[in-house]
Amino acid sequence: MSSFKEQFEIPGRFRNISLALMAVGIVSVIVGFFMYGSHEPARFWATMLHNSVFFLLIVNASMFFICATTLAMGSWQLAFRRVPEAISKAVIPLGVIALIVLLCIVMTDQHHIYHWLDKEHVQHDAILKGKSGFLNPTFFIVWTILSIGLWVVLGHKMRQLSRFLDENPLASVEEGRKYIFKNTVWAALFIVWFGLTVASVTPWLWLMSIDAHWYSTMYSWYTFASSFVSGMSLIALFVIFLKNRGYLEVVNEEHLHDLGKFMFAFSIFWTYLWFSQYMLIWYANIPEETIYFKPRVQGVYKGIFFLNLIVNFLVPLLLLMRRSAKRNYTSVAILAVLIIFGHWVDFYQMVFVGPFKEHVDLNLFDFGVAAGFVGLIMFSTGRALAQAPLVPKNHPFFKESVIHHT
Amino acid sequence: MSVKKFVVGCFDDEAVLFPAVKKVRKAGYKLHDIYTPFPMHGLDHAMGLRDTSLHTAGFIYAITGTTTALGGISWVFTKDWPLNIGGKPHFALPAWIPITFELTVLFSAVGMVLTFCYLCQLAPFLKKHHFHPRATDDQFVMVIECTEKTNEDEVKSFLAQAGAKEINVQNAETGWWLGRYDKDTMPFQVRKEKTAFE
Repeated sequence: MSSFKEQFEIPGRFRNISLALMAVGIVSVIVGFFMYGSHEPARFWATMLHNSVFFLLIVNASMFFICATTLAMGSWQLAFRRVPEAISKAVIPLGVIALIVLLCIVMTDQHHIYHWLDKEHVQHDAILKGKSGFLNPTFFIVWTILSIGLWVVLGHKMRQLSRFLDENPLASVEEGRKYIFKNTVWAALFIVWFGLTVASVTPWLWLMSIDAHWYSTMYSWYTFASSFVSGMSLIALFVIFLKNRGYLEVVNEEHLHDLGKFMFAFSIFWTYLWFSQYMLIWYANIPEETIYFKPRVQGVYKGIFFLNLIVNFLVPLLLLMRRSAKRNYTSVAILAVLIIFGHWVDFYQMVFVGPFKEHVDLNLFDFGVAAGFVGLIMFSTGRALAQAPLVPKNHPFFKESVIHHT
Repeated sequence: MSVKKFVVGCFDDEAVLFPAVKKVRKAGYKLHDIYTPFPMHGLDHAMGLRDTSLHTAGFIYAITGTTTALGGISWVFTKDWPLNIGGKPHFALPAWIPITFELTVLFSAVGMVLTFCYLCQLAPFLKKHHFHPRATDDQFVMVIECTEKTNEDEVKSFLAQAGAKEINVQNAETGWWLGRYDKDTMPFQVRKEKTAFE
């Protein structure tokens, strides 16, 4: 086993690019703050909200992937298990940033974004008044802190369990069983919390409450599908990157094929939820509900709305359908970038249509902030990868992953 | 339909079967087929079979289903018998998507099952020759077809060396298919590919 290239060293160019992207992000935030901060603060905060929430959710999807496969006793992902582990470590910096952004929005009463923050308005608004038990600053702040905090804590525990085996190989089968059971318990705890946050309450608070009068029971699942498919794409990108640099010898196209299947299947799952939400509202044609789609389908966001559907559904459906496309490093890499971009646009139309119904103002500021977050994810993940051996070779299921065959 | 002569060897171990397949291909014998009780990963690759085109057929059936559904519904609701349903436009695409999806799945599923049966030469009320009854139980049955040049004793001793437990010679129908099976060439005869072991 000593012939494995086990230790990742951050290439100089990788570090430079990540630092440059982060610098671009910081400059964009400062410039954006001076451009919009005083006279149009909602524009500034909407961009920050869009980017921080999107990137936080996609790195957190990595930990969900680890826990879901742990619970399913899946072994195939062990060959590249350290990659999602490293990505999920970015939940810490991104969680802090998202927390600051969300708290700033609520504390400084940005009621152009969350109009349930406007107390006087809520008093005269029967619907918002009815929801005020849920949509109020206290609940928002407590739930946001709890969400991000427990993702960080439980994720840290899962990473710790995985790292534990590097120095302490399992001595007996009995010990192995105990280890797997311990993993199962912590993974289950994470999944339960993930279900209560990402798959239900958190997207209601962070994103759906932008359109506070409107609601959809599909919304959280829709957000989850969006973030999970981009999260899988992110994992695939890092796996391909490491493979290109000559690491991860035991990962082969069989593992890539399964990652490709996830990207393909969850693109379709996303479309299924998108369509279910759209069709029911279109069919019932009730004004309270159609108000959500009016500016998106018929207004100025028409282009983005249909671009979203093409990039996130038609392109993955047609290009990833073939077996050979899922086993090809180039095609998976290109589609992964495209899917992440597509879902970034998806989140854009989830956030921006509420406060800015009349005009689309997608400009360099948004892309600059997004670049900053990309740089941060690269930087954080690169550092986390360099800290641990790339192959969890003491895990009881490791051999199963090496001989994995689809 | 032609009766041919086959040499049949039974293996009881995967670990013996795979090297045996490699040896048979290397020696240039005509591998008719291998019957196993369960699907075996990598056996198709070891035998040098090409990838199945069943999924291409499935895709074609699926887009046939999509166009049938969209074409059919849009003709009915816009040309043949336009109805006002809840004030919706006659061309009400979102409402048709579920039906389109169902028909896509139905066409591809039924089409692929029939194609699969056709490719495997399976149909109701037809008899097929079974080389060994234990091929559905615990034995891997390798069948080698004899040509006019084959010396069957040589093949028998070859299979015994390769690790086959039970070896016999059978005269059997090649299948029920009435096409030009005799003149077809099996892909593994023509294409020289690397096996997993080389």
